[in-house]
Amino acid sequence: MSRVVLEMSGISKRFGATRALDQVNLTAHSHEVLALMGENGAGKSTLMKVLSGVYQPDAGEVRLEGKPIRITCPADAREAGINLIYQELSVAPNLTVAENIFMGSEPRLSLGRVDHASMNRRAEEVLARLGARFGATTPAHQLSIADQQQVEIARALAHEGRVLIMDEPTAALSDRESAQLFEVIGKLRDDGMAIIYISHRMDEVYKLADRITVLRDGGYVGSLTRAESSPQTLVRMMVGRALDDFYPPKSQTGFGAVKLEVQGFKSSKVESASFAVRAGEVLGLAGLVGAGRTELARLIFGADAKSEGRLLIDGKEVTVKQPLDAIRLGIGYLPEDRKGQGLFLQLSATANTAMNVLHEHARAGVLDHPALRALTRKAIDQLAIKVSGSEGIVGGLSGGNQQKVLLARWLAIRPKVLILDEPTRGVDIGAKVEIYRIIHELAAQGVAVICISSELPEVIGVCHRVLVMREGVIAGELDGDDVSQEAIMTLATHHQAA
Amino acid sequence: MSSSSSSGQVDRSAFSGPASARRAGGLFRRIGMLPVLVLLYLGFYLLALHFSDDGSTNFMTMDNTLNILRQTSINLVLASGMTFVILTAGIDLSVGSMLAVAAVLGMLTSMPGHAQAFALPVFILSGLAMGMLNGSMVSFLGINPFVVTLGTMTALRGAAYLFADGTTILNNDIPSFEWVGNGSLFAIPWLVWLAAAVAIASWFILKRTVLGLHIYAVGGNPQAARLTGIKVNLVLLFVYSINGLYSGLAGAMSASRLYGANGNWGTGYELDAIAAVVLGGTSLSGGIGSIWGTVIGALIIGVMNNGLTILGVSSFWQYVAKGIVIVLAVILDKWRQKHSAAN
Repeated sequence: MSRVVLEMSGISKRFGATRALDQVNLTAHSHEVLALMGENGAGKSTLMKVLSGVYQPDAGEVRLEGKPIRITCPADAREAGINLIYQELSVAPNLTVAENIFMGSEPRLSLGRVDHASMNRRAEEVLARLGARFGATTPAHQLSIADQQQVEIARALAHEGRVLIMDEPTAALSDRESAQLFEVIGKLRDDGMAIIYISHRMDEVYKLADRITVLRDGGYVGSLTRAESSPQTLVRMMVGRALDDFYPPKSQTGFGAVKLEVQGFKSSKVESASFAVRAGEVLGLAGLVGAGRTELARLIFGADAKSEGRLLIDGKEVTVKQPLDAIRLGIGYLPEDRKGQGLFLQLSATANTAMNVLHEHARAGVLDHPALRALTRKAIDQLAIKVSGSEGIVGGLSGGNQQKVLLARWLAIRPKVLILDEPTRGVDIGAKVEIYRIIHELAAQGVAVICISSELPEVIGVCHRVLVMREGVIAGELDGDDVSQEAIMTLATHHQAA
Repeated sequence: MSSSSSSGQVDRSAFSGPASARRAGGLFRRIGMLPVLVLLYLGFYLLALHFSDDGSTNFMTMDNTLNILRQTSINLVLASGMTFVILTAGIDLSVGSMLAVAAVLGMLTSMPGHAQAFALPVFILSGLAMGMLNGSMVSFLGINPFVVTLGTMTALRGAAYLFADGTTILNNDIPSFEWVGNGSLFAIPWLVWLAAAVAIASWFILKRTVLGLHIYAVGGNPQAARLTGIKVNLVLLFVYSINGLYSGLAGAMSASRLYGANGNWGTGYELDAIAAVVLGGTSLSGGIGSIWGTVIGALIIGVMNNGLTILGVSSFWQYVAKGIVIVLAVILDKWRQKHSAAN
């Protein structure tokens, strides 16, 4: 009963001298989830932007239900039943769920009045199909990220979409929310929707996809059914070579003295958290999104105020009231949202790398530009950052390189303690492995590393010891052979299961 | 772990193409509005020739060029200060009123029986004090800069009238700062030298100092700036303070030039200053822009004022023409940036 809904063949697109897409093919069937895989820069997003009318292809054909169509703007795509849900959700917070669902196509009464009654009724129908737990008249700002995503899915359903494209939809979701999303996707598939699912996460792709299409460097590598594929084949297709040891060996140099100790930290989101990290140790901080991991990190770093608690560095009590205090004590914090809270996108790689140590490279407040460039060149070499030059703006770099620039900024302060919040979010596989390698090098040099991550395999593969948080409390600690996905999830969800 | 093939290809839409094309794009971006300025200048020259009775014009003479520079000088000083503020994604509507208060206070100091010698410091320090007032409210009380400076624009305008007692303070005997508005050095008016000095000092602060980079950082991403340990409050206080200081200097320039001051001085100057900054390609959302662009922007406005006057266009039409050019120039700039980004 599955039939071809959408066919893209020979799609090519150039930007200036660069070939962003070269002869790419893609076929989406009804009643099927197609996973689109590839590293950052492989052309997935460009291809989807061609499909949704943001870009016009230079060559190639798009056929919908066998008929060639031209999509010249996003409205054409919606008309044709093709809906794209971006990573950054576009829900208007001050409107209701129903108003969001029907934004731009509100049912009308005479004189241009909005027919709220029929709008709300139709919205409720769609929400019921999705099994949503919120009503049509809920203000959107009360919704979690996961629920907002459902609003966007509902929008696609309300417009009788035939093709639904989701770009890394689980990037900002907890595992429980992801599981709910997968259920919804399953329902849509059974209803006959053709779903194109873009993701970096192998386990998700295996859970969801019926078929997998892989792109690399703007070219079409191939398509497989799930049965034909294996993680090894997929990685080889994406990277162009085999990646044997995905998680590099953990540093085995042994731990030194306690570098950082947290005693009874308390705030509105964290309840009496206490723990210690040693020099050379990589401590994982696991838990569901919203469990208080980022909040705890921000308390340590002085980004938010704590109501109670003592902080010890090298055994001595210290006062951290603002990030600057923490930085002076040798604490670095890589935030989870690198574009929103980390990088200065319109400034150069040099400015971004050196921002924390400008005073060390200035005389009487006047910058020593050659010294700054030298510092950046060293970082670029050390971390293998690909930039077009130390003066190129970082806004144009890929996610992995942006993250490395941000890491370089913190390495420049020669940290004693480095807190990494989701260090590999939105980063491709190659760069991930390199970031792991950097983490282990730092640990080997005696830095105490705290690593917050929502990817369980990452926590297990990278950290020596794992703290699990749940609802603002450190629910437990796992060490050595006790660390497993099941053990972490049990600690992370214990309450909610009860 | 060889990184070469796998990790982080540079995003193709931003950095791509052969090096030469990229450099051309960079140059295109760097020269910014300069072509618009040159075209306007030539255009006015040709128009002036066309409409003159005897087939000649004094538009492109040394005298008139110095005239344009002199007429631009005060706006350039204000626009330089405004560049600092706008780079932090702020705005300062009170520069015209600060200029008036500074001009009136300075002229009062210069009156017989007062401390004539202190007139120049009074102009500048009163400007600085008013700027610090704006800056404190924006940074420490966290009030929106538009609202803060809308308030001080109105209140300081009133203060200027009150200090001047509703009249014009005139004084032809101002030896301590007469040179500012009327003297020359190497045949170039001091007004022009001062404006150039302000522009160069501003360029130096923005491009060569830690503070300058912090200003760009705060404007580009205030959250990241805070998490990087930048004292965001002090940076904001600085930009409004230096803007006040420049307004005070501009007050001295105009009071000296005209040997007088009243409460009405500098009305509407904030708009010309903002226009110069925006024409120069500085983004109102902060973090992007340069003093070099502001200089070009101020000169574009100066050339238009001068050229339209020489052509005998009525001042009503001058407003219309200026407004149209500002909007057109910014549309052009947007198109240009999009074009160079796509390359």
